[in-house]
Amino acid sequence: MNSFSFENQAGIVERHPDIFRPDWWHRGKIAIGVGGAVALFLFGIVQLEIPFHRLSDGMVRLGGFVQLMLPPHPGSWAEVLKYLHALGETVSIAFLGTLGGALLALPVSLLAARNVVANRIVHFLTRRSLDTIRGVDILIWALIWVGIVGLGPFAGILAVICSDFGTFGKLFSEAIEAADKNPAEGVQSSGGNHLHSVRFGLLPQVFPILLSQVLYYFESNTRSATIIGIVGAGGIGLQLAEQIRVLEWQKVSFLILLILMTVSAIDWISGKLRFAIIGQRPIA
Amino acid sequence: MRTAVPEFPEARLRELADRYAAAVAAKRRRVWLGSAVLIAATIAAGWMGDVNLWSFAENFWRLPAYFASIAPKFSFSTAWVDLSEWLWGLPRWTRLLGDTLLIAYMGTLTGAMCGFVLCFLASANLVRSRTTVFVTRRVLEFCRTVPEIVFALIFVLAFGLGPLPGVLAIAIHTTGALGKQFAEVVENIDSKPIEGIAASGGSWLQIVRFGAVPQVLSNFVSYALLRFEINVRGAAVMGFVGAGGIGQDLIEAVRKFYYTDVSAILLLIVVTVMLIDFITERARHRLLGLEGSAA
Repeated sequence: MNSFSFENQAGIVERHPDIFRPDWWHRGKIAIGVGGAVALFLFGIVQLEIPFHRLSDGMVRLGGFVQLMLPPHPGSWAEVLKYLHALGETVSIAFLGTLGGALLALPVSLLAARNVVANRIVHFLTRRSLDTIRGVDILIWALIWVGIVGLGPFAGILAVICSDFGTFGKLFSEAIEAADKNPAEGVQSSGGNHLHSVRFGLLPQVFPILLSQVLYYFESNTRSATIIGIVGAGGIGLQLAEQIRVLEWQKVSFLILLILMTVSAIDWISGKLRFAIIGQRPIA
Repeated sequence: MRTAVPEFPEARLRELADRYAAAVAAKRRRVWLGSAVLIAATIAAGWMGDVNLWSFAENFWRLPAYFASIAPKFSFSTAWVDLSEWLWGLPRWTRLLGDTLLIAYMGTLTGAMCGFVLCFLASANLVRSRTTVFVTRRVLEFCRTVPEIVFALIFVLAFGLGPLPGVLAIAIHTTGALGKQFAEVVENIDSKPIEGIAASGGSWLQIVRFGAVPQVLSNFVSYALLRFEINVRGAAVMGFVGAGGIGQDLIEAVRKFYYTDVSAILLLIVVTVMLIDFITERARHRLLGLEGSAA
């Protein structure tokens, strides 16, 4: 048996020169990539004017905040009730927003799917408008709706609807395009019209996938709904932003704990529901 | 080819038909029950969320009115002047957008580095100690569950206004999100290279460096690019709480009713986000293609 000792190494290098010759081209590419990334990072430090003493000062102050946060304490029972109400608002925002967004996105995603509507112009325009809606962050939507319907959770619901509309439209249309086309052809060959083929050939196939995506986004919308209160659109974010502004650190940590527990509870419930309804399916 | 279709006796046929009817009825009951629960939940949530459809219908005209009012004024004869008037702040906004992109970039890079280090500690196939895995996972979970804007709100108080709190907030959130995704990738790798290095006496670091990293790197970069795309959107609103970037100007324009500025900034943000989406998608497809050819 050969041993990989150093006497042997020279022989091995001689027999397989290609393996041991350094690949300068490849190494150069990596070096340029890494160097560019580091240079851009340094440029960012200069451009954004990030001095190191501010970093260390801030860390010290942050440590102080964390000390003040412990132990989490909500204040009085009246305030606990207020927070629970805000939490209810948050869950409602996420629920109604996801539902509304999904209901609105379903017909539009049919328009955006190439295998349902063959017209390329319709397809293109629908896709681009969905992209535009999705490009606007949920906080910006919340800001716009607060200006229209006033402060409160209703603005939050509308914001989640808008932002989900863009996301679901894209996800749904992709799921629809990936569907098997044989059932739809079968429906048409036995005399159904185009609408029939969509209703009986296409939708039954994709419906479980869509449902799974909706449930998955319900989780992620609970996270979003916790923060849109920061711009005044209701829910627990409003309370959180207020308590941070008045430096009530114990209440801040209590609220953060509350948010963490809610999000993981919703995660758990919607995960269970997803498996119960459709089994374990991959998202997207 | 002829096939004989078996004829069932009458009793057997009836039994099958009954069973089919029962199955259909059961399914229908489930659907009805589900719908009832859904409707009840909708009503409860509507009550909780102060949904007022009447006032919504009354106020709905304000949405098109709002978009009409933020739309820039254009006429054909003076199109050029109108355009330059609408985009009067372009130099400033471009710089702020550049800042936003830098915030997203620096946050993503820092977060990806931290996630890269932590993901190996969170992978059950590399780390023996269950405590280490458990603790690392909980830390990552905390980092990604607390929304980044909440971190930004707190960091603005600690570090002062400006891009620094934005970068840090995005970095922490990215650490949590990427750390989890990275760990999932690491847990799915082929265990043979790892066993090989362990058998030839490699240390834990050598196992990670030569056994795990080469298998996962292209996947990691792909995830990091996707996260960068998400972080650009996140960085665009960091300014809402004073954490730098274009968001500051946007929220001021909205609050002070500088209507045409709102549309100009929104347009710039949307175009930038789409551009980044497009570029990173290209890059990711190339990376995934590389992975396919290597396998």
